[in-house]
Order: sequence, then C-alpha cells, then structure tokens
Amino acid sequence: MNEHHIISYRKLTGIWLVLLLLTALTVAITRVELGGYKVLAALTIACAKAGLVIAFFMHMKYEGRLLRWLLFLALLTLAIFIGLTFFDVLYR
Amino acid sequence: MSNAQPPQASFWNDTGRSGIAAWIFSTDHKRIGLLYLYSTFGFFLTGVLLGLLLRIELIAPGRTIVGPQTYNALFTVHGVVMIFLFILPSFPGAFGNLVMPIQVGARDVAFPRLNLLSWWLYIIGAVIVLVSLFTGGGAPDTGWTFYVPFSARTGTNVSLAVFGVFIIGFSAILTGLNFITTIHRLRAPGMTWDRLPLFTWSLYATAWVQVLATPILAITLVLVMAERLLGTGLFDPARGGDPLMYQHLFWIYSHPAVYIMILPAMGVISDIIPVFSRKPIFGYKMIAFSSLAIAAAGSLVWGHHMFTSGMSDTAVLVFSFLTFIVAIPSAIKVFNWVSTLYRGSISLEAPMLFALSFILLFSIGGLSGLILGAAATDVHVHDTHFVVGHFHYVMFGGSGFAFFAAMHYWLPKFYGRRYAEKPALLAWALMFTGFNLLYFTMQVLGMKGMPRRYYDYLPEFASLNLLATVGSWILAAGLVIMLVNLFRGLRGGVPFEGNPWGGATLEWSVATPPPTENFEEEPLVTHGPYDFEGMGKP
Repeated sequence: MNEHHIISYRKLTGIWLVLLLLTALTVAITRVELGGYKVLAALTIACAKAGLVIAFFMHMKYEGRLLRWLLFLALLTLAIFIGLTFFDVLYR
Repeated sequence: MSNAQPPQASFWNDTGRSGIAAWIFSTDHKRIGLLYLYSTFGFFLTGVLLGLLLRIELIAPGRTIVGPQTYNALFTVHGVVMIFLFILPSFPGAFGNLVMPIQVGARDVAFPRLNLLSWWLYIIGAVIVLVSLFTGGGAPDTGWTFYVPFSARTGTNVSLAVFGVFIIGFSAILTGLNFITTIHRLRAPGMTWDRLPLFTWSLYATAWVQVLATPILAITLVLVMAERLLGTGLFDPARGGDPLMYQHLFWIYSHPAVYIMILPAMGVISDIIPVFSRKPIFGYKMIAFSSLAIAAAGSLVWGHHMFTSGMSDTAVLVFSFLTFIVAIPSAIKVFNWVSTLYRGSISLEAPMLFALSFILLFSIGGLSGLILGAAATDVHVHDTHFVVGHFHYVMFGGSGFAFFAAMHYWLPKFYGRRYAEKPALLAWALMFTGFNLLYFTMQVLGMKGMPRRYYDYLPEFASLNLLATVGSWILAAGLVIMLVNLFRGLRGGVPFEGNPWGGATLEWSVATPPPTENFEEEPLVTHGPYDFEGMGKP
C-alpha cells in the first residue's frame, strides 16, 4: 500500500509532450466549423488530457481497484450531469 | 427510572459534562440524534405556522391578512424552512443517528466528532438563514428555488439566505460520508449486506445522494451569490449567460434531494410494516435494490421541472422518459409492502397506522407525479396548485407521516416511556382527515387552473379554498394532540420495556433506553432483520 511507484523521466516527458500536442489540437480545432459539436470536441480533448494527468501524474493507474472505482464513479456522475444538460443546450 | 436499573447506565444518565454542554458537545450518536430531532422539529413547527398563515390568506379572494410582498416572503420562508431546515436534515440527522449505528451493531458512527460537527454546521447554517429574514432587504421573496433572474435582482436578503443553505449543505455531505463509512466498516460480525435492516439500506442509498449531489447545490448557490455581489452575468442573456443554466444546476441537486427526503421514509415504512404484520418483509432484496435504483435513476430526471421553461424538445422527451423509469422502483416498494401485509397478523397501533397511511398518501403523490412527469399533461398543470398538492402528498403525506411513524415507533425505545395509545390514534385520524381535505382540494384547484404563488385568486375558486383552509386547521389540531401526547408520554408515561412489538432488528435487543455504547459486548448477528421466529409477542 505504501510502496511508491516510480515513473521514469522518459515516460513523464512523453506524457507532457502528448499534453502539449492535445493543447495544440484544441486551438487548431477552433478554426474548423463544427457548429454545436465544437463544445463536444473541446470537452473530449479536455477529458483525454485530464485522464492522462490523473492516470500518470497523479498515479491513479497504479492505485488499488477501490480508489479507481470511486474516482470513476465521481467522474461518471459528473459526465452524466453535463451530458444530460447538453441534450437541452445542443438541441434548443 | 421507577423500575430496576438496566445492567448498564443508559445514555441519559451517563454524562461526562453537565447541563447543556452534555448535549451540544456530546459525540454520542444518540444524543446527536436527539439534538437533530429537537432542532429540526422546531423548524418544522415554524414551517407549519407559516403554512397556516398562507392558508388563512387564501381563505377568501382578495387581501385577507397579508399583502403580496409579505405573501411572497411567507411561501419562500415556508419552503426554505421545511425543505432545508426540516426534511433534508431530519431523517438522516435524527433517526439515522439514533437508530442506524445500533441497527448495524456498532458502538457509534465511524466518525463521532465529525458527526457533532455536522450538527453544528446545521445549526450555524440555520441561524444564518434566520438572520437573513430580519436583516438587509428583509426575508427572501423568490420561492425556495431561488430562480434567476429574479433572485439576482430582488432587493431582499437572498445572498445571506443562500449562504446559510450553503453551510447546511456541508452538514449533509459530512453526515453522508459518515453513514457510508459506518455501514461499510462498522457492521457487527454476522451483519451481512443481506441482513441489513431496510431502514439502514435506505440511509445508505440516501448517503450516496447526499455526497454526490449536494456539492452541486453548493456551487449553484455560490454562483447566485457571485451574480448578486460581483455581477458575473453567468445567468444574464444580455451578457452571454443563460438563465436556464441556473434551473439545470439547481434541479441537478434539488431533484435528487427529493429522494434524500423520501428514501429514509420508505426505509422506516419497510421496518415498521413487517413488525406490525408479524410477517417477514416480502421481497427484501428487491426493496433494498430499489432504494439504490431510486437513488440512481432519481438523479437523472431533474429536467422534468423545466418542461415549460423553454428547454429543447429533445431534452423534454429524454427527461420525461427517465422520469417514468423512477416509477418502477417506487412501485416495487409499494407492491412489496402490500404483499407483506397480505395474510399477515396486522395490529393497528399508532406506528402502523401512520405507516399504512404513508402507503396511500405516497401512492397518490407518486401517481400525480406521473401526470407532471408526462410532458403533455404537465404543460396544463404546471405552476398550478396541482403541483403544490402533489409535492405535499409526497413530502408531507410521505416523509412527514413516515417521520411521525418513526417517532411513535422508536422514541419510546430511547426514552424508556411510552405515549398513550388512544390520543395517538385520535391524532392520526384528525391528521389523516385534515391532510386529505387540504391537499386533495389543492389538486382539484390546480386542475381547475388556480395558479400557485399568488396571494389572490378568482372568485370561482373561493369555496374550494375555504375547504382547504378548514382542512389545514383539522391537520394542525391533530398535530397538536400528537405532540402533547408524545411529550407527556415520553416524560411521564408508563415504562416502556423490552421489546413489546417483537421487532427483530438489533435496536430491540439492547436495553431500554440504550446504554452509552449500545452493546455490552459486540453482538453476533445470527438471523435476518425480519426473522420473527422466537421473537413473538407473548
């Protein structure tokens, strides 16, 4: 439980670069006309980035199953709340 | 105590401190439970008085006792007090604290100090709400929902009131965390998940809603404060905001909050019905599961409050469909309670009468909820007295009557004395009659088109409104008789000993009143919560 998982610098740098790439993608995508879906696209990229940060920088990938499930439950709840709200905003 | 002392001192006389400090600084879950009981019930009586004033104003068309501004403030404070200061904290706070740790076989909740902090946060929040009524621009007049744009513009003291509710929210989150941990970690040996009493099961489902949904209310209320104090424009279309976003955020919390209010009530009923039918509960697993299903599905239906608010048609369709799904687990419970009664040996004592009337009143409330949940019919009765009647059937006829049932069922256990039965039955009869006269009439008025939240109405509604107001007086008379009877009984009634109703859950196996740490030694649970074999009345 108390063992610390060490992640190599190479891996951390790699993930940082992916995060930068995704940031660039967020900026680039604003130039494409997506209509109502632009929010969806931006949120998808943001979720991917948050997922990377949580999994590696916050070590969730190496945590026990219970903790991962609890976090997943909280995020899923949030996603459902936002998702259902979008049924209104998107089709209004 | 007039009779032989219980083997261990009860929690009443085992105090480290003296006077009021023995209560307000106690970490004993039973003392905290009673603190919650008295504080929440005090606010309930305040809310009742405000409700009676509202009914007197509506006894005849035109101005009767108050003008429009006062009327708006009255129904707002009635709603805020009843919902945030009474029903939401009362079940988990009062009966959850009193009974749940004993039901799972624990000495206390998992975090007793946090439990005390929860009560303090509740009291601090409540005091702030009360202060907001008499300071600044006066009592809020927005309705308990604090809808923008009005709540952002009105000159009344909305900011302070929502800040009080914000603090009460933290109390609810901490209670929820405490209960989840207690039920997971402190169950006695042998207390498996399928031996958990259904009241505890319902508190477990409730606790998850408290933890997951309450933060959203907190954030929403902060946004209202930001809108008022900083002029952020989040909900102002002129500055790119969206007023409907407020309604989404508010109901994302406040609809699940309805289930915080009703789920523990259903748990109480599930515990009382088998005891007074002398029969194991029908469909234990489905009742436990339906609590979780209601908690989960109930969190996805908030949009049905917004069918006429200008939400998109697609969203109306989705939310209407999801709303109907909640009816399924609710119906599972009702059918299982009725099946438990079937061929049972029913004894109609006070707790049972309240429990049985719960089934009827909740069913009427639930079915009228479907009329509102169907978008086509909702358009016609939205914002009429039909809605007011509907939620009073669910919240008062449901949660309120279950609360009274719990008071008659569990309080003698904790006081060691019991109330007189005949006045209790009279009180029940009066309340049941007055209740239906008041709220069924409201539903009829709503169907005829009388809008809610106006201090005046057209003359054609006069006779029905008079009837409803008379109903409110009968209801109040029953309430007074019930309270006097309970007060006198628990103070100086005949001793209540042992297990006169033959309950099989753990709280009936400990001394009356329970000792400070509940159990002399850790109990070993060998039978289910409704396994009455060998526990029968003489």
